[in-house]
Amino acid sequence: MIRLIILIISILGVSIGSANADPKKVGFIYIGPPGDHGWTYMHDVGRQYMESQLGDAVTSTYIENVPENADAVRAIRKLAASGHDLIFTTSFNYMDQTLEVANEFPDVKFEHATGYKRAPNVSTYSARFYEGRTISGHIAGHLTKTNTIGYIASFPIPEVVRGINAFYLAASKVNPDIKIKIIWAFTWYDPGKEADAANTLINQGADILVQHTDTYAPCQAAEKAGVLAFGQASNQEEFCPNAHLTAIEDIWGPYYAQRAQAVVDGTWAEKDTWDGMAEGMVVMSPYNTKLMSTDLIQEAVAMEVAIKDGSLHPFTGPIYDQSGELRVAEGEVADDFMMATMDWYVQGIDGELPQ
Amino acid sequence: MNIDVLFGVIQIILIATTPLVFAAIGELVTEKTGVLNLGVEGMMLVGAVSAFVTLVITGSYILAFLVSILSGILMSGLFAYLVLILMSNQVATGLALTIFGIGLSSMIGKPYIGTPITGLNPYFFVILSFIIVFLVSYFFYKTKLGLIFRAVGESHDSSHALGYSVVKIRLLGILFGGSMCALAGSYMSICYAPMWQENMTAGRGWIALALVVFATWKPGRILIGAYIFGGVSILQMNLQAWGLNFPGQFFNMAPYLATMIVLIIISSNRLRIKLSAPASLTIPFFKGR
Repeated sequence: MIRLIILIISILGVSIGSANADPKKVGFIYIGPPGDHGWTYMHDVGRQYMESQLGDAVTSTYIENVPENADAVRAIRKLAASGHDLIFTTSFNYMDQTLEVANEFPDVKFEHATGYKRAPNVSTYSARFYEGRTISGHIAGHLTKTNTIGYIASFPIPEVVRGINAFYLAASKVNPDIKIKIIWAFTWYDPGKEADAANTLINQGADILVQHTDTYAPCQAAEKAGVLAFGQASNQEEFCPNAHLTAIEDIWGPYYAQRAQAVVDGTWAEKDTWDGMAEGMVVMSPYNTKLMSTDLIQEAVAMEVAIKDGSLHPFTGPIYDQSGELRVAEGEVADDFMMATMDWYVQGIDGELPQ
Repeated sequence: MNIDVLFGVIQIILIATTPLVFAAIGELVTEKTGVLNLGVEGMMLVGAVSAFVTLVITGSYILAFLVSILSGILMSGLFAYLVLILMSNQVATGLALTIFGIGLSSMIGKPYIGTPITGLNPYFFVILSFIIVFLVSYFFYKTKLGLIFRAVGESHDSSHALGYSVVKIRLLGILFGGSMCALAGSYMSICYAPMWQENMTAGRGWIALALVVFATWKPGRILIGAYIFGGVSILQMNLQAWGLNFPGQFFNMAPYLATMIVLIIISSNRLRIKLSAPASLTIPFFKGR
């Protein structure tokens, strides 16, 4: 009997003790491994930043290599069912799966990256990567000698299409003769296929590569072939020092820290966040001084400043689509809804957008 | 299209298809002896990571490939022990080997992710892949030992009655398959896309498995099938880059679709399936029976 009482007291003691300092559990769903040195890597850097900022207030876990299909439901549910308070799902095609699980766990908060469907416990967040594409496009317009740019795209979703359009608009402004060749790889992550696409584009005359896939294989292929490339998601210069012009870096840490803090404080509410260079969510990697002239670097930096203060908008009219229809009138800029649902190429891009 | 571009396209096809040829010809030899090893993807990944890590540590390409092949032998040796000695189910064991390989390779490779290396010229391996297919074909159809290998795959009981060691021959078939898969993996991490990334084979092991069926267990047809699969995927990229709209999604599933069609064709006729698939495939061999 005494033993039993001691047992009960100790159990109570433990549960009370842990309730006081109960850290919030934050879960992450990754499309690739954190070692891709691209998209997932930067989310993981953000996760670590969040942990370092909030200290003992949070613990975090992640599940990597989660496919964008029904498996995602299981992975998300696993986190939700194991007591996580806040779950970040970090790829576009986790959208419906996130909502499905969010519906089952109304007390758990969800944050879905790059999507547009929300619920009372589902927020969305994304970065204005296209601001970086504008700067890449400007640089490419100046540096291409063959007037041919190779673009390795992943899936035809608005985020990727927007990047292509922003890039082309800026590049063709500098160099009206520029042509952009696009390969849709239909994968985010396959080093072999990304290298194939890169080599195919180089073989077809591209002297600058742009990628919207997750590994540094295209940059490596560019290095080998002696052409130029832009890194993706993180600074990839160490893998292709003689090809890497700059990269668009995704800085998620401050956002993750802020949202986790909101959960700790109990102030979390559903919202849509779409931050860019001004807020520091999109950052350009150091420009390669070996490959770019000082003037060009200064122009790029000036563009960064202009984008941050709002005097330069990547989608400033007049913008026509491929059929010649005026989408954005002269003097106007595309609104967020148009950019978030963009499913058309701007005029001047050859080829048809796959559906 | 000028001749240089065409030449470039052919080069890219050769480079992209070679890992499929290595893995598929290895698996074909394994299946010819009557064993189905679904661990191709796992063995490729372990082969890829062990080659990469060895190269980073020692700086020797030769050592990298040797260690990689050794890793393939160890992985397939484990499989052989389970299915030949402990008589475990081949399908389940093979799947487990793939899952094990994915995990093991990620664990070994973790500290080496993102280490830059200098890639090796792939053409030696392209040529080697053709030579190996030729040698395997010669072995199966022109040598006595090859005939024994095939006999074991067709009817292990008869072969046993004739005095051949079924277990030994199957062991050799499995080990050859393992080393070829590891070679395919090391080619990927050292020549094709010189890097180590978790899961970097991205399903090529499964395509290799499908290829064996597509080739109806004939070595020469492995080359044909692999170059159809590899060629189509590169050609559609070229068509896209030329501005022609091509459904890339379709080509991602094309190898599996083609394999299913071949399966339907060969299964539609009993005689045809008997002439194609090794009759003892996946059937365990109990000695004393």
